[in-house]
Amino acid sequence: MAYFDAASAEPLHPSGRDALLSALADGWADPARLHREGRRAQLLLEQARESVAADLGCRPDELSFASSGTQAVHLAVLGAVQARQSAARGPGHLVASAVEHSSVLNAADWLARRTGTAVTITGVDSLGRADAAEFAAAARRERTLLACLQSANHEVGTLQPVEEAAAACAAQGVPLLVDLAASAGRMPAPAGWSLLTASARKWGGPAGVGLLAVRKGTRWREPLPADDREQRRVPGFPNVPAVLAAAASLSVMSRERAAIDTALRALVARIRAVVPVTVPDSVVHGDPEARLAHIVTFSCLYVDGETLVTELDRAGYSVSSGSACVADTRQPSHVLEAMGALTHGNVRVSLPRDASAQSVDEFLRVLPPIVARVRDTVRAASAPAS
Amino acid sequence: MSRQQRNAQSGVRRSTLGSGAPPAPVPAEQAPAPSLTLDALGKKCPIPIIMLADRIGEVRVGQTIAVLADDPAARTDLPAWCALKSQEFVRADSLPAGWSFLVRRSY
Repeated sequence: MAYFDAASAEPLHPSGRDALLSALADGWADPARLHREGRRAQLLLEQARESVAADLGCRPDELSFASSGTQAVHLAVLGAVQARQSAARGPGHLVASAVEHSSVLNAADWLARRTGTAVTITGVDSLGRADAAEFAAAARRERTLLACLQSANHEVGTLQPVEEAAAACAAQGVPLLVDLAASAGRMPAPAGWSLLTASARKWGGPAGVGLLAVRKGTRWREPLPADDREQRRVPGFPNVPAVLAAAASLSVMSRERAAIDTALRALVARIRAVVPVTVPDSVVHGDPEARLAHIVTFSCLYVDGETLVTELDRAGYSVSSGSACVADTRQPSHVLEAMGALTHGNVRVSLPRDASAQSVDEFLRVLPPIVARVRDTVRAASAPAS
Repeated sequence: MSRQQRNAQSGVRRSTLGSGAPPAPVPAEQAPAPSLTLDALGKKCPIPIIMLADRIGEVRVGQTIAVLADDPAARTDLPAWCALKSQEFVRADSLPAGWSFLVRRSY
């Protein structure tokens, strides 16, 4: 039995749990108040901000805590674009790679509908890597207000050419949003960002903490009715205990990053090598080298991913699938679609920090018969009645 | 509603697809009629792919087989299957509802 869905949520780190429990006792008050309880909450909040800023490589006053990674992305995209839109010069242009997280693409779509912003979605290669030249060319288009590129892909693990994109954007004076969600706590933030977003759940922090960093000098305007919280970037009373837990987990994950990377990289390499051999008609996605250590996605022909996930769950393995060929309302994974990869029968395995070699080996043993069984079931269901 | 449909409505421009995107269409009049047509309309992936895999052996090497399907996933999965199986993906044509995918048996 094993939990292999760390890319959705890394289990809460013990140091995060300790920080959460003590902060529930000490950091519950409103940090904007002047009384001792408020000052104590404020002190804890600012300590957490300094710690997270140091781990990310930004200034504490550049960093705001949001209520989720998705909220951080929405605020980053809308605030950066709306700060540079003007009645005189029109709604402008936004660039994003085709494999961004849905929160980025949804925010872009929202701007297109609500404000008429032109949106260019740029392509990726078959490994899921953004085409840096195409991205740069799109960023050079007139009145480009924002370009968005993730640090690494959340489904297939491929690292993105952020530094090339950043150089092209800097040359044009175009701000670059780097969505760090998949790699925060696992790799240093790439250089050259103007806005940075992340989610604490992905590094073993609690749910409900997103990060939004806005580099000094980057124009940004609050897209929602503002109050005085979080540098006027995120409205509402911050969840101080959860923020402290997120900071404590990030601090430990950052310190142990090299060891975790080495261990998980070897286990994912084993999965990448074994699955194509033991599962007929399967294909492993993403860059075999320039990738995150903990994520691997593969597709098995002639099965649907949902059934595979359900059967693996019954066998004790928690994985996820981007494919949804059963539910009428759901779409195939936009990441695999953009890569031109098989969108059905896919399984994302994302290893938590303490994944054992034994659990991975056991998973690799149970997988082939499960795929074979699901294939038989699907084939029987699809056979003509005659 | 698919992302493509939403994008079409909102003016989002998809400048390119990935390298696995279907090749540029060949004018229909240059291609002979398919030797076999499989109706997978209303069937969800992976059923259209299973039908193709099961029946491509019924046409001779060099002949074509058409798969009619309306699951949006088929637009990626048919070309991806051809690439994995070293069969030739000829083109996709839009139908009033769905698409017709033309595949040439290459071995």
